[in-house]
Amino acid sequence: MMYLNPHLIMLPILLPLIAGALMVLINERHHRLKFLINLFSTAVMLLTAIQLLMQAESGLWPADMAVYLAANWSAPFGIVLVADRLAAIMLLLTATLGTATLVFSYSRWSKTGVHFHTLFQLLLMGINGAILTADLFNLFVFFEVMLAASYGLLLHGYNISRIRAGMQYIVVNLVASLFFLIGIALVYAATGTLNFADLALKIATLDSTDRFILQTGAAILAVAFLTKSAMWPLGFWLPVTYSAACAPVAAMLVLLTKIGVYVILRLWWLLFSEHAGASAGFGGSVLLCGGLLTLAFGAVGLLASQEPRRIASFSAVISSGTLLALIGYGDATLLSSALFYLISSTLAVAAFIMLTELTDRIYTPAASVLALSMEAFAVEEDTQQSAGVVIPAAMAFLGLAFAACALIMAGLPPLSGFVAKFSILHGLLDSGAAHAPLWVRWIILTLLLVAGLSAIIALMRFGVRTFWTLYNSAPLRLHPTEALPILAILLLGVSMVFTAGPLFNLLSRASTDLQQTPAYIERVLQHPVVTTQEGL
Amino acid sequence: MELTIALSIGVLFGSGIWLILRPRSFQVITGLLLLSYAVNLFIFITGRLSVNKPPLIVQGEVVDPSLYADPLPQALVLTAIVIGFATTALYLVVLLGSRGLTGTDHVDGKERDSEE
Repeated sequence: MMYLNPHLIMLPILLPLIAGALMVLINERHHRLKFLINLFSTAVMLLTAIQLLMQAESGLWPADMAVYLAANWSAPFGIVLVADRLAAIMLLLTATLGTATLVFSYSRWSKTGVHFHTLFQLLLMGINGAILTADLFNLFVFFEVMLAASYGLLLHGYNISRIRAGMQYIVVNLVASLFFLIGIALVYAATGTLNFADLALKIATLDSTDRFILQTGAAILAVAFLTKSAMWPLGFWLPVTYSAACAPVAAMLVLLTKIGVYVILRLWWLLFSEHAGASAGFGGSVLLCGGLLTLAFGAVGLLASQEPRRIASFSAVISSGTLLALIGYGDATLLSSALFYLISSTLAVAAFIMLTELTDRIYTPAASVLALSMEAFAVEEDTQQSAGVVIPAAMAFLGLAFAACALIMAGLPPLSGFVAKFSILHGLLDSGAAHAPLWVRWIILTLLLVAGLSAIIALMRFGVRTFWTLYNSAPLRLHPTEALPILAILLLGVSMVFTAGPLFNLLSRASTDLQQTPAYIERVLQHPVVTTQEGL
Repeated sequence: MELTIALSIGVLFGSGIWLILRPRSFQVITGLLLLSYAVNLFIFITGRLSVNKPPLIVQGEVVDPSLYADPLPQALVLTAIVIGFATTALYLVVLLGSRGLTGTDHVDGKERDSEE
């Protein structure tokens, strides 16, 4: 049987920290060495995530949850890390996307500036820590690690547009961090604890004054997380930031919004479950309405987008909106569909962002002006030239990859986006009347379909202009390390269709774990400290 | 004492919010600093206000907790100060970079042509 090392949970946090620190010491001239260290660390993270997921599935952990007491202090006093199925799935997603973007950055972006690899590892450390932690203040610290690294990465390849975007992104996130701290202070003032499990236990027993303070604190905390996950009207920083960042960084930033969603999912289902007494379901309608407004905003924004990066940005906004609306809707059976959608849309948008970096090479300014004037004046084509055009392999690859990304992002069959959207729609129509009146369900349904339609329109417009109106394009050069990650992500999207059954089973087990609040509380608070006889 | 602390936090917050809404990046960074002072004070008072109470107890002693200050907010404030300081310093670097590249200290990186 598998070797159960209790310290394995620490690896996704410690390894990138050590690798990142190590690479600060290495001179930029040894670019290949730095890349290899980075790749090794990310690959080990990938294996660790797989191993953690297998252990969570194997039933060896009590309540399918691994609890790690940092510095061996028992639960409400020390810092606790908790790995369950959902955390393992998110770690796996992070490591997969990390490996893909890292390989993608090899040929160009990792060489253009200093400390790309260090910042990349620290970003992964922050993300992994935020996924694993079970303590509110520790979550703040990991969020700051993640954000500080993302500030540096956003400015990577220093130019005016990145500085302008960085000024906004940094201020917005600094203010959001202040909100985070105020929220933490209020929660602590009301309950006297910051441990997730202890909070969930104490929320039910608060008197009305303390409950009011706690709910205020939770609302202020939510502002911080919702800013991160780009809920309307807190998400105006997102299109500017995603458009300015270089491609591998923008692909990782897509994941950061999903971390905001993940934190909301975890905290909201844990703290305001039906076991929370008078606070049960607090703020659910805000999440639902906010999610729907975000969805509508994303759909309108997508229609107005011409540039590929803005299309990707608004697709990320749409996927955040969908997820927030589904979390706020409060139907546990929809959660597994929401998680499937989260994985599928994150991968697709990230692949699309990397792809736009490649299509930008054929999409020269002259060609785009021509494409626009062609539409306006319908210039006669020179028919003799167009007979028997040879499509080079690189162009064919880009076209096919674009089509696959577009299918997943718009939720059309046969790829994973369709499976995700279909199961959401099915779940919405199927869910009991207890959760929301019928018209709410129809609004979600309509908005989802409208958002899908506007994604089709925006992506088709971009596709037609990029691939079908090419004139005098220089022969396209693709490095294998640029094509491979995109191909790998899209193949994952394809394989998610074939393994949809087992995957849905896994995700529904993960979402069932989320609802086991009493089991979670007991598991974390009862976890024994290690005594010297057992050894460390 | 409560009134003094509450008023000073309020004044710091008010000034900070007004400053981060100003168009000059120096005003914004000053506003962020004031806001982080206000937030740090705010975290500090969640451990309740007290005078002359030690935060630490000797191991193994059974004591009356009401004679001791809550040590956790003090630890949280220390962490928050360090993180806030680091991120503000980072913003200062970006601010200087923006000033150097765009030639203006407007937060948008360009002057509004009509008013300024």
